[in-house]
Amino acid sequence: MSKKIKSLKELEELRKEGLKSLYPDKPRIMIGMATCGLASGANEVFEALNTKVRENRIDIKIVPTGCLGYCQIEPLVDVFKPGWPRIIYQKMNGEKVIKLLESLTRESIWKDSILARLDRDELLIFGKTKKYDIQGELSGVIDDIPLLQEIPFYCKQFRIASRNCGFIDPTNVIEYVARGGYYSLFKVLSQYEPDQVIEEIIKSGLRGRGGGGFPTGKKWLYCRQAKGNVKYVICNADEGDPGAYMDRSILEGDPHSILEGMIIGAYAIGAREGYIYVRNEYPLAVKHISIAIKQAEEYGLLGEDILGSGFSFSIRVNRGGGAFVCGESTALMASLEGRVGEPRAKHIHTVESGLWEKPTNLNNVETWANVPVIIARGADWYSKIGTEGSKGTKIFSLVGKINNTGLAEVPMGITLREIIFDIGGGIPGGKKFKAVQTGGPSGGCIPENFLDLPVDFDALTKVGSMMGSGGMIVMDEDTCMVDVAKYFLTFLKDESCGKCTSCREGIKQMLEILNRITQGEGKEEDIELLEELSEVVKSTSLCALGGTAPNPVLTTIRYFRDEYEAHIKDKKCPARVCRDLITYTIDQEKCTGCTRCARECPQEAIVGERRKPHRILQEKCVKCGICYETCKFDAIKVE
Amino acid sequence: MSPQVLETVDRVIDKYHKDKSMLIPILQDIQREYNYLPREALLRVKDKLNVPLPQIYAVATFYKAFSLKPRGKHTIYVCMGTACHVRGSPKILEEIQRKLDIKPGETTPDLNFTLETVNCLGACALGPLVVVDGNYFARVTPVQVEKILNKYKER
Amino acid sequence: MVKLVIDGKEVEVEEGLSVLEAAKRIGVKIPTLCYHPAVSAYGACRVCTVEVIRKGWSRLTAACTYPVQDGIEVKTNSEKVIKARRLIIEMLLARCPNVKAIQELAREMGLDKVRFPQEDKECILCGLCVRVCSEVIGANAIGFASRGLERKVTTPFEIEPDTCIGCGACAVVCPTGAIKIEDIEDKRKIDMWSRKLERVRCERCGRYFFTKAMVDYVKARNEKIEKLQEFLNLCPDCRREILKDKLRVTKETTTLHRT
Repeated sequence: MSKKIKSLKELEELRKEGLKSLYPDKPRIMIGMATCGLASGANEVFEALNTKVRENRIDIKIVPTGCLGYCQIEPLVDVFKPGWPRIIYQKMNGEKVIKLLESLTRESIWKDSILARLDRDELLIFGKTKKYDIQGELSGVIDDIPLLQEIPFYCKQFRIASRNCGFIDPTNVIEYVARGGYYSLFKVLSQYEPDQVIEEIIKSGLRGRGGGGFPTGKKWLYCRQAKGNVKYVICNADEGDPGAYMDRSILEGDPHSILEGMIIGAYAIGAREGYIYVRNEYPLAVKHISIAIKQAEEYGLLGEDILGSGFSFSIRVNRGGGAFVCGESTALMASLEGRVGEPRAKHIHTVESGLWEKPTNLNNVETWANVPVIIARGADWYSKIGTEGSKGTKIFSLVGKINNTGLAEVPMGITLREIIFDIGGGIPGGKKFKAVQTGGPSGGCIPENFLDLPVDFDALTKVGSMMGSGGMIVMDEDTCMVDVAKYFLTFLKDESCGKCTSCREGIKQMLEILNRITQGEGKEEDIELLEELSEVVKSTSLCALGGTAPNPVLTTIRYFRDEYEAHIKDKKCPARVCRDLITYTIDQEKCTGCTRCARECPQEAIVGERRKPHRILQEKCVKCGICYETCKFDAIKVE
Repeated sequence: MSPQVLETVDRVIDKYHKDKSMLIPILQDIQREYNYLPREALLRVKDKLNVPLPQIYAVATFYKAFSLKPRGKHTIYVCMGTACHVRGSPKILEEIQRKLDIKPGETTPDLNFTLETVNCLGACALGPLVVVDGNYFARVTPVQVEKILNKYKER
Repeated sequence: MVKLVIDGKEVEVEEGLSVLEAAKRIGVKIPTLCYHPAVSAYGACRVCTVEVIRKGWSRLTAACTYPVQDGIEVKTNSEKVIKARRLIIEMLLARCPNVKAIQELAREMGLDKVRFPQEDKECILCGLCVRVCSEVIGANAIGFASRGLERKVTTPFEIEPDTCIGCGACAVVCPTGAIKIEDIEDKRKIDMWSRKLERVRCERCGRYFFTKAMVDYVKARNEKIEKLQEFLNLCPDCRREILKDKLRVTKETTTLHRT
């Protein structure tokens, strides 16, 4: 019998089924099992729980879910029981989850390792709140558990694109529908003409979330207006900026939100075929989006005659081959055509001539995920969030020297300071903030005096950086800014396609200079030469990879020139990072002669008698830092 | 050409309906099958897909996912993303290079290990990150490198 | 038709032309390396960088791949352009210090010092050889491999390509002379591709002229034209001799047109 949905009534039926799954009449335990969760040991938690539940034939549901965003304290376990608030546990392991299970079977709330509780669910699509039915007797027990919204990491967040991540089983479409999924699609197909959809997106002010920030509605309009009957819609899931993983989080945690967005977009533009181009290094994301496509097709939400509307649209998933440059739209399309990822100059835009020279609309994952919400709540509602030029929210990945590493979705216009210190919890180890790198390899490093800048598409470009895809890498006093510039150029040197002279030779020469500087062979003219090269590489490169490659160099010179000069003139690395400019020595007062470091040293460069202060043979030392790590007496000095 | 290779390649090409634009997925399937791209497999692809050999060779050498030489039994991925870098991943990479005497992209002579760097695996909370055979090693320090390698030396 | 201004001169050309082609029409010279009229434009060398002002915005771009548009103003020698072009050539000279064409460009730009470490390559990865082999000859014997600094022009698996017919078109279009054809008696060698071929003798004068592979290639593609078969056994000079009487054909009119 066909499961295909052809009416609102049938969609409602599916939603009711989904609600029963989300809120069963028995306990439901969700474990955050996106890649970040798995990397921190969520599988161990899952296995331990599963085994115990099967052994003792306990009647509870165990559900893998996506990323709630607070990666620092994963594995996260989420417990729902009828009559209870939802309780989220942090830093769980196999042992702890068994204890939790034991409490649960005894009808008591396990009080260890709690992060927060939730007493309601926000159903963003419907604009409604679903309150949990909480037993009266519990109020004394749970009052001391903070609500999720009260926790510093979450209190400033507003999750739109990541609305379902951590709340649903991403491999079960009915749970997506239960929280309002595919209602927007239904609304569009039954009430809107394609032009009306485009109007709504234009009015909302939605701009591309992949880094370019081009007004999405306008892009759709140009593509719709382009000549030709065959058009394509693409989702760019090639997320390449190191440190940014929000797209992966949505692909793994809420793949249907992307599909729904793409189907609405395809309808508006007049496309019948779509592609999702996923980075090769994201196998779980590929798996989940493929399952989602199958399920959506089963229910008639994708494929032929969607929802009985007569509109047909199909999506194919393609995996990247391992090339950062394929995040660039023309290189991505070349890759889809079976060619190498060489970009072409975009004098003729891809909306006019893209994939197979047909009009193509390419948008980023996060952009697509916003679409169903805009349709459901309206452009007016959406445009009230954010700033004048940057409407809506943005997911930022907070990584590096930060206490609360993770993904945070906030309204645009929030300041860097709020993100780093309020949400991020500041710098670990009591160290001092030095800079935040935004915009990936195309962006720049922003120093302390700009922390009160609002984060949106335009504000950061004024100081030489950009918001980009939302990656925020926090750096502290122990980070060498010259090393950071070298790092980004090294990255780009390996990722450049090599076609044009400006990028290929320019990056090579800039890197050569930076290598010399960090090795203590910098020359006085180097900074000027770097600036000259930067200008030409920026203005003459064929594509944006080369065109933005100099940004990290330019911003670090602009704001941390003193560090460059220290390397060049004094042959010193103030942050004590650049290997050739630092020395490891043993503090003769602190050293107890325990010989630990000598034994661990891979170069056998440490000598000394037992219980007498040791010393490091400089000619053998390779500055690997193992002795520094090993010493329990803080006797290793790095200068 | 060995009949087994021909058969495998033909199967893969038929799976993708002999579509030239599916060259990259086709090569990915072959790579997964043999842990590298054997030359005879690529020659067969040229014949059956009717794509000029220079184009196939260009694609096979452009993308990092492909290898024209046999890969090791265990691939060690060291994340070189910015967050991991700032937390000290270069030292980890150096230590692994020292211990195995190979550079990124190379395979040990006994074909046990291939060392690769990868640009951000998206598990930045756990950096520096090393992944071997799908197993994640979080917050790795240079001291721990030897232990990690030993886990896979015995197998 | 499209109207634009190049170095202060107004020019009207058909849509679809590049700024480089439009400039040629009015005699404005823009230096190039990876451009050749026989093949598609590629935009790799960036030597033809010019300044384009459109709707009040100025940007630098490669003239060979920028399509002409109504109302744009092009400056081929502004300060910005000279600065950029000089640095690009300086980088190319650092890569290929012994290539005459680049030395010549450097001289024209007044470049006397190279501030970068020097290599000794000859290939600038312009791709002309690849494009002519694929687009004009159709042999598809060579291509690019790898990316970034490892990028190079080579044959599949870097072994002798059996699809190379030894026509030498690649050497003809190569702007740096990196591809060398060596003809010794009945052999032709193209070292760049490790290619060794046999040449055939002209039936009329007895001299070695084309490779056997070339003759076979053309014959195979023109099987139906009988008269051609015998013609192909003659060297170009002898063909001209035979045709001279019939068509008053001279050496000048049959030389391959080169810009």
